[in-house]
Amino acid sequence: MSPGHYVALAVILFVIGGVGVLVRRNAMVIFMCVELMLNACNLAFVGFARAHGNLDGQVIAFFVMVVAAAEVVVGLAVLMAIFRTRRSASVDDASLLKY
Amino acid sequence: MTHLTSLVLAAGSKPGPGAAAITQNLIFWVLAVISVAAGLGMILARRAVHCVLLLAVIMLSLAVLYAEAGAPFLAFVQIIVYTGAVLMLFLFVIMLVGVSSADSIVETIKGQRLAAGVAGISLLVLLALGIGHAAIGGAQPLTSGYNAGNVRGIAALIFTRYVFPFEVTSALLITAALGAMVLTHRERTSPKPTQRQLSRQRIAGSHPTPLPGPGTYAQHNAADMPALLPDGTPSELSVSSVIRRRGLGGGQPGGQPGELEAAQPGQEPEKLAALEKQEAQP
Repeated sequence: MSPGHYVALAVILFVIGGVGVLVRRNAMVIFMCVELMLNACNLAFVGFARAHGNLDGQVIAFFVMVVAAAEVVVGLAVLMAIFRTRRSASVDDASLLKY
Repeated sequence: MTHLTSLVLAAGSKPGPGAAAITQNLIFWVLAVISVAAGLGMILARRAVHCVLLLAVIMLSLAVLYAEAGAPFLAFVQIIVYTGAVLMLFLFVIMLVGVSSADSIVETIKGQRLAAGVAGISLLVLLALGIGHAAIGGAQPLTSGYNAGNVRGIAALIFTRYVFPFEVTSALLITAALGAMVLTHRERTSPKPTQRQLSRQRIAGSHPTPLPGPGTYAQHNAADMPALLPDGTPSELSVSSVIRRRGLGGGQPGGQPGELEAAQPGQEPEKLAALEKQEAQP
């Protein structure tokens, strides 16, 4: 497969993840959609690495994975802290700053 | 027969020039369709657990795509880190938050979904136009790092050109671990109750004996089958609160979800409320 196909698939997955972030209101599902967007970026990096014939894109994808793992850990901890005080994982309920 | 086997062996040992390309095409298209379908399902599924499982499907198919695109190291990292660690973390948190946490269908912001759909389609068009104009070339012959093998090439890059970002990554990971510990840590505001206090509390509470186990005197010994009281009515106390919230187990096999709540309008909910209050107390 040519790298263009990989990039096209990455674009589609990225858009799906973005729409999910906009549509869903469960904070955990929003996190998952962010993960999907990060994965789509990784796929694009791998495709570009293939198009250029070197490994730099794969190294960047590796770093993206590490950062995503750290982000998930902190994000889920924040989610647990919010859930403990509000008993809800919906992003609509964390609206105290609005008032 | 021997002719056939020799033919098969020949085909297996030395595929034609187009066979590899056809296999690659087939794998790509099958996995692309699977991952896009799973992504759409992830947006549409109401329960968070289904979303995690569909995300696992996407990540596994992306891992296969990485392996096929000449990135076997990333493929394994994808499986171990994402599917193995990150998604399990998601499942743990869903277990803590409650499996029943499904999104409500009601739109709180008017026209949010329509706007999100329009935004998504316009983003797709924008990216497609941009990438269509970019003219990404075909797969280049593998240079430099590929010669020594994928893993060795990546290691050489990480420990030479990217060594500073790599070190910064370690600081990031330590910070993340500390942050998670700080965020999930809970200070104890009251002294820890002693065993004596606990037993007093228990005798003073509404239910001094252990709660009835599920399935006692019922026809099935499953965890979601409530125990039957001597008069034949199901006892809500015997089923775990998580299962109760999900509305499983109808008192008898094949019972409808929610039947349990309707069946016992009498004392049971009050008892339940008292019990939950008691649970929250210590």
